[in-house]
Amino acid sequence: MGKVVVVTSGKGGVGKTTSAAALGAALAQRKEKTVVVDFDVGLRNLDLVMGAERRVVYDLVNVIQGEAKLAQALIRDKRLETLYLLPASQTRDKDNLTAEGVERVIGALKKTFDWVICDSPAGIERGATLAMRHADVAVVVTNPEVSSVRDSDRIIGLIDAKTAKAERGERMDRHLLLTRYNPNRAERGDMLSVEDVLEILSIPLLGIVPESMDVLRASNIGMPVTLADSQSAPAQAYLQAARRLAGEDVPISIPGEKRSLLGKLFGWRAA
Amino acid sequence: MNILGFFGKKASAPTARDRLQVLLAHERASVGDSDLVTRLREEILAVIAKHVKVDGEQVKVTMDRGDQVSTLEIDVEIPLKARVGAT
Repeated sequence: MGKVVVVTSGKGGVGKTTSAAALGAALAQRKEKTVVVDFDVGLRNLDLVMGAERRVVYDLVNVIQGEAKLAQALIRDKRLETLYLLPASQTRDKDNLTAEGVERVIGALKKTFDWVICDSPAGIERGATLAMRHADVAVVVTNPEVSSVRDSDRIIGLIDAKTAKAERGERMDRHLLLTRYNPNRAERGDMLSVEDVLEILSIPLLGIVPESMDVLRASNIGMPVTLADSQSAPAQAYLQAARRLAGEDVPISIPGEKRSLLGKLFGWRAA
Repeated sequence: MNILGFFGKKASAPTARDRLQVLLAHERASVGDSDLVTRLREEILAVIAKHVKVDGEQVKVTMDRGDQVSTLEIDVEIPLKARVGAT
């Protein structure tokens, strides 16, 4: 049985889709069969970030409504044969996402994949609650910024109360993925520090992804960050986060802490 | 030469623009599921279903929405005894 991971945040624009694609690719790069599912019905973007936007035939709603088989709707990544995408519908109403339908699809995916990564839409409405409903693990994507931290706290509350696990009296593992971390601003003391966010949200840290041009560049060319340039700082952060998700004990490094002379000289570029 | 060129990485914005142009052209044309490729797909599948009884698993549909040309591939496995009404 595969593991179901929801990538969620409450707030929009913090990097959920980027993170879902990057973590999915990172897990698939470990030769583990992975599918990334887009729950953002009506505003899908995972296909674009993963570079499969031209190849979408069927989507999650088609499968739930019985108009297509699950196998027909899955799109295999052109670069990684262990990576698949299940796109969201762009034209259908999100009310077509039914609790029973989602449960059926997730159940079927768990049987054939090692990892099922659910990319949640922003907000706390139907799409978001259904994306987290059947998860085993939650990755809460947060920016070191007040409104993002507040919304993450709200989402953690929902994870603890409104998921299938919570209703069975169990507690879901939740992990914090801190994204858009800017070492220069942290050094100047103008950004919430890692410790601040951890103390406020009090959930374990999965990784710290630095703010980087490489993230923008990867989405421009339609490749998960870890595939676009696996040596880049954000790719390394995601690859390490994926290893931790898979249960490996990998020490967390705070971006910018061991900056080289070159890094210091060019430090202004990232500011 | 910009700083990206200096480090040997090709600027990615032109790729982003091209991808968006192709995608949006198709999305604008397909309001209400009415674009030609989707309609053809549905009609071809309906014709196949009329003559042969095939399980969804045996029909593979791939599409590629391109800049100038789109492709639609329908790959059907037709078992010997799949004719509708065959005895």
